[in-house]
Amino acid sequence: MKHTVDIPVQDVVPHERTVLRAMGVPRDREPGEQVARVLEEARDELRSLARPRGIYAEVSPRDFARIYRGDGDNERPNPLESIFPRADHLALFAVTLGAGVSDRIPDLFGEGRLALGATLDAAASESVELAAERLQRVVAGKARPKGGGAHASGRGAPDARTLRYSPGYCGWNVTGQRALFSTLGPEEVGIRLLPSCLMEPLKSISGVMVTGPVEIHEFENDFPFCSECRTKECRARIQSLRHEAPGIRMPTEGNPNGAA
Amino acid sequence: MELLEQIAKELESGDDKAVGSLTRSALEQKTEASIILNEGLIAGMQVVGDRFRDHEIFLPDVLLAARAMNAGLALLEPLLAESDTPARGKVVIGTVKGDLHDIGKNLVGIMLNGAGFEVIDLGKDVAPREFVETARETGARVIGMSALLTTTMPSMKEVVSLLKSEGLNGTVRTIVGGAPVTEEYARDIGADAYGFDAANAVERVRELTN
Repeated sequence: MKHTVDIPVQDVVPHERTVLRAMGVPRDREPGEQVARVLEEARDELRSLARPRGIYAEVSPRDFARIYRGDGDNERPNPLESIFPRADHLALFAVTLGAGVSDRIPDLFGEGRLALGATLDAAASESVELAAERLQRVVAGKARPKGGGAHASGRGAPDARTLRYSPGYCGWNVTGQRALFSTLGPEEVGIRLLPSCLMEPLKSISGVMVTGPVEIHEFENDFPFCSECRTKECRARIQSLRHEAPGIRMPTEGNPNGAA
Repeated sequence: MELLEQIAKELESGDDKAVGSLTRSALEQKTEASIILNEGLIAGMQVVGDRFRDHEIFLPDVLLAARAMNAGLALLEPLLAESDTPARGKVVIGTVKGDLHDIGKNLVGIMLNGAGFEVIDLGKDVAPREFVETARETGARVIGMSALLTTTMPSMKEVVSLLKSEGLNGTVRTIVGGAPVTEEYARDIGADAYGFDAANAVERVRELTN
């Protein structure tokens, strides 16, 4: 069964520091007056233009195995093929900020407002991650019911953790988007899949949310494709599972440290 | 401080109003547009590029400087066009067919412009033939291609092959970049260079055009 979720925009406005870090500015560097002004303007644009929405649907391991196989282009071996069969709960998901933000960025570049355009782009990239995080909390709540017990089905142990994985990363070929879209139908929240497997609006994320014991999410980043990965984000994601409450916490304007 | 030096300094600090006003003053003093461009704007942008490469300043500072450069350039361009002053060379850039990500490509364009190249930006979702035809029509020396998806990267190879089949591979050089693109991939498809970020791309283009 599919569920759509409207996400409050104030929950997905990233903290100034997060945006600066996304633009390569070191944590200890104070922004100058001009940069600070552009940063605030970008966050204002985001507040006024973003319409975050998400969709998710529970999927069985068997169905997910078919979706994950996609066009048969995944790297082998890869981490997710050994993670998802051990999961307690799997949910396909897609989340977007809506067309307004994605359309505004090229307009700003066209107007010659380069710094604002690039800062809004960085803020929106962080924002859609926050939207995915928000949706992840909803999905995790379904997978791990309140009160600490497991579902009547036996799934969702209280120490279970949820992480998300997306086509185009960690060996899951981006062509996997086709099977994911045909099953989930993210068009319902305004996301379209282009022939190149790119999503429109650009500021959208799709994938699977995997809930299960911490250990199933852990893997070494020594797959052949890991050497070409620029983000290496898997390390922080895995580490966060051991040190934080279920799910990842990212900084927002009301919560700059990202604490739960 | 000399006026041209002042233009460079204000550009470095990203003050577009000051750069515009100083450029106007320099023109009123009958300084040649090409001298203001080279010794004021490009000199300032060169410092910005070097400091960015050395991690002394960061992307927002570069973009504010680029906006300041554009404020000066807008005043100079009509005069430069009249005097037919040659740029360092023309570079055609674009995001390849099927790909709509253009921030990285835009940054490369901004920095190439700042380094004195004439940039012909074809935008995003650019077909291989459009790259080649534009390079032929404009006399561009370099084609720069960006891709953010593995599914769209093969389009880069098509451009390289097309240049070869049309006998342009000796005169028009190619550079590729984007998150999934690697130096090895660039070599495999026969591209002339790979830029791992915007600042590096400018250095590679300089090498290709020297």
